[in-house]
Parts: sequence; C-alpha cells; structure tokens
Amino acid sequence: METFLQQIVNGLVVGSVYALVALGYTMVYGILGLINFAHGDVLMVGALVSLQVILFVQKTWPALGAIPTLMIGLSVAVTVCMLLGYVIERAAYRRLRNAPRLAPLITAIGVSFLLQTLAMIIWGRNYHSFPQLITTAPLQPIDGVFITPVQVVILISSALLMTGLILLVNKTRLGRAMRATAENHRVAGLMGVDTNKIIATTFIIGSGLAAVAGVMFSSNYGVAHYAMGFSPGIKAFTAAVLGGIGNLGGAMVGGVVLGLVESIGAGYLGSATDLCHLPIWAQSASLQTTCANGGSFELLSSNYQDIFAFVILGIVLIFRPTGLLGERVSDRA
Amino acid sequence: MPTDMNTPILQLKDIEIAYGQIQAVKGINLELYSGELVCLIGANGAGKTTTLNAIAGTLPIKSGALQFEGKNITAMPTHLRLRQGIALVPEGRGIFTRLTVEENLRMGAYTRNDKDGIEADLERVYTMLPRVKERLAQVAGTLSGGEQQMVAIGRALLSRPKLLLLDEPSMGLAPLVVEKIFEVVQAVVKEGMTILLVEQNANLALEFSGRGYVMDGGLITLSGNGDELLNDPKVRSAYLGDETA
Repeated sequence: METFLQQIVNGLVVGSVYALVALGYTMVYGILGLINFAHGDVLMVGALVSLQVILFVQKTWPALGAIPTLMIGLSVAVTVCMLLGYVIERAAYRRLRNAPRLAPLITAIGVSFLLQTLAMIIWGRNYHSFPQLITTAPLQPIDGVFITPVQVVILISSALLMTGLILLVNKTRLGRAMRATAENHRVAGLMGVDTNKIIATTFIIGSGLAAVAGVMFSSNYGVAHYAMGFSPGIKAFTAAVLGGIGNLGGAMVGGVVLGLVESIGAGYLGSATDLCHLPIWAQSASLQTTCANGGSFELLSSNYQDIFAFVILGIVLIFRPTGLLGERVSDRA
Repeated sequence: MPTDMNTPILQLKDIEIAYGQIQAVKGINLELYSGELVCLIGANGAGKTTTLNAIAGTLPIKSGALQFEGKNITAMPTHLRLRQGIALVPEGRGIFTRLTVEENLRMGAYTRNDKDGIEADLERVYTMLPRVKERLAQVAGTLSGGEQQMVAIGRALLSRPKLLLLDEPSMGLAPLVVEKIFEVVQAVVKEGMTILLVEQNANLALEFSGRGYVMDGGLITLSGNGDELLNDPKVRSAYLGDETA
C-alpha cells in the first residue's frame, strides 16, 4: 500500500510538470494546428539558463538566501524562454503559416535540433548537477510515504499556474481573442484582433510555462542536460493527445493521468516481470541461485517506465483519437 | 456625419482582385456616400463576395485604389480597417461556434475601451434582437442559422462601424427570418449607418436599397437607383427570374 501511495505522490508531481508542458503544445496546436516539437527543448533551455543564473548568483552574492536565488534563476529563465518562444514563432513558423502542413512540422523538428545543438555548444555534453536549493528533509504525511519540499512546491505552483491560465483564457479579453483566433483567424481579424500578436502571445505564454516546468524538472531530479527536453517533451505531447489536443483542460488531465500511470506502472513493473515469481523459472537450473534467498530476476526494471507513455499514445490513437476531452477530430499532421 | 455628401465615404477605383492566376474582379469603380444603403447584386461567381472581402481587407487588392473617408487604405491590414470603421458580416456568418453568444458579441467590441458605451450598445443590440438576449450564455454553435445571422450582425454593430458590409444575410434562411433581418438592417440605416449589401436575392435587395450595382463576370455592368434597376428589363430577366421581360 505504501508503494502505491508513494507512486501516486510521484505520479502527481511528475504529472503536473507534464501538464505544464502539455499546455504549451495544446495551446499552439489549438491556434495554429501545429505540433511544436521544439517545445520540449524550450524546457531544457529554461532549466540550463536557470542553472547558469543560479550558479552566477551563488558566486556573486553568496549571502543571498536559497529562495531568492532560486526565484532569480526562475525569473531569468522564464524571461529568456518567453523571448525564445517569440523568436521561434517569428523566425521559423510565421512565414510558413499558409504552407502545406508538413513544412512547419519538419521545421519544428529542425528548431528542436537547433536548440539542442546550441545548448550542447554552450553547456557541453555533460550532465550538470542542479543545486538543491530547497533541501529540507522529506516530509512523511503518511508512514512510509515521502514527499520532498521541492515536490510540494511543484504541486502548488503548477496548480496555481494552471488555474491562472484557465482564468486568463476563459475570463479575459485576451483569452477571448485567443479562443476566437483559434477558431477562425480571418473572422478574428475582422473583429479588429491582430492575430499575429495573439499567436505570438500564445507562444510566449507556452514557453514561459515550459521554462517553469524545466526548473521544476531539474530541481526535482537534481540534473540538467542539453538533451533533457526530449523525454518530457514527447511525454507532454502524449499527455496533450491523451487529453484531446487543442483542449486546455485535456492537457492538464492528460498530464496528470500520464504521470500517474507512469509512476504506478514503474513501481510495479519490476516485481510484475520478476521471473522468480514463476515457479517454473525460479526452480530452473539457471535461476535457482539467483532467486534463492529472496533474490529477483526482473525482466523489465523501472528503467522501462518510458514505455507507458508510448503504449498510452498508441492506445489513445487507436481507440479514441480525439483524446479524453477532445471533441474535434484532428486531421492535421 | 464627418463626411460631407460630396466626398464618398467609400470609393473603389479600378479595383482588380485575383486568386492566383484567376482574375475574380477585373477593374471596378464603386462609391458609397454616408448614410446610404447600396446593394451589389449579381449571379454566383460574379465577384460580389470577393469585392466585400477586399474592402474589409481579408483579400489583397491586386491593383487599383481603395479609399475610406478620403484615406487610401488599399494595403491596410484587416484588423486596422475595423479600427477605421469598416465592419464585415461575412458570408456564412463567421460565428465563433465555441464561444458563447455574449462572448461573440463582445468580440465585436474588441477594439473598444469605453466600458459604459459597450454595455449600452449591448443593451441596444438586445432590444433590437430579443431572441439573442435569451441565449446569451449559450454556445453560439448551437444557435439556428437565423439566430447566428442576428448575432453576426449584432457583433458587427458593436464595433460602432461607420460602414457595414453585409454579405448574403438572407442566405439559407426562412422567409420570416429574412424579413426580421431586413427590419434590423432598415433600423440601422435609419440611424445613419452606411451599408453595402451583397445579395443573391436581388428583388429583396433592390427593394430596400437606395442604389444598386449589378456585377457580372468580375465587372460592374449596371448601376442606378433601386427602383430603376428593379424595373430594368435586363435586370429583370437576368436576376429577378422574370421570364416575360
């Protein structure tokens, strides 16, 4: 039971990070019909920029507390990524707005490679350890179930950000213009909406969320790396498809569900595939010694947790291509 | 009215519009004076909708000059033309189906900052279109065609345009609904709005309009007062289905 609860905690934490990233995918898809495959790499840039800034601040003003240092790193990362999102849209996607669908998609993959390569040139190929600025001991709300203060912060701040985004999109003039543009660029223009500005704003907001997610990701795992955006990027994309791409609520639900499935799955994958549980194998000559005294022979360890995202993606695409909350059938690449 | 009667509020000079290689409008001249209701009639594919879209800015003008209140707006982007005072109710209504009726109407007032004025204009639209008021919180995609057309017109009025472009407001609607919509159009004209109306239902359009232009094959082939055109034998046989003329 503790394992299960622990995996739920882990799943919620990683799921809310996925959700933040998935929102960026889904907003851009909603307004442009484009899968922005460079989105995961914006997360990476966010993590590495914040790392760089935090190291700089620690060196220059060592007296500054951990929280202000983290906040400075986060703010700079968010600013840089928002700018980056704007530049990506402006330079790579805008002129392809009316091009065949494959062109912007391939461009997105190109932008992804470009960002990774640039990051590799700047930060090198090594894993960088990300300073653990919130380092109090893990809390134990239930015996045997641990949650670190970092994870608590992640859960609360992503909930706040998502609520803020929902309010922005549903209750403000800007949000109304975003939804109108998503539905019909031409008619939105007839209402006096500068649709180019609205699209740029969408990229800026999505990239800001990705930067936050990047800092969360690195704070949680304690590392940053030039290729770290790939896996959360692909998973957040899966989450967006799972929830129904183009649908904000869907991205949030999809992110959390994917995080939970992945964590719970990973928690049990090892023992579920443990050959020592099967008497035929356990007593066989080859495994007898391995399995003796409570040993195990796991076919798939929790390192294989990534398969869940792709299994889910496959299942969703086969049985419910519009996703859990999606209504529109997506016909775009 | 800011414009005096001698300078047109809208003027098209030798306007040509093309879709790629295909020339849809082949050099037309048209002018509208403040407070007029003018209709543009003609068969399918004559270039009427193309002309309206080019005036509103959703289609580029290949050559010629487009002047609004004496100002050249030939190359002005769509969203800025609305700020100048040109509003288009597009063909097929262009309702935001996933937004509520109220949100649709408020989109019409997107460029305005005068909160009180917007609320007052909303109230005016509600009195003009009582059926819209009953459905404010409803998602606009669930409305009937007639209700959507009313929302589309109300939405355009909320930008407080000087010139309203109406593209086939009667299309696909029941006669009673069409009547209701033309009542609204007339009320708006009475308040001093300038309207350019595109209609396939030429009888109806000419009946309401002070003047009319007839388009055929991308050219304006005839123009004149509403009555004149209604009684013109060529118009009667070509667009009014009059076999005896």
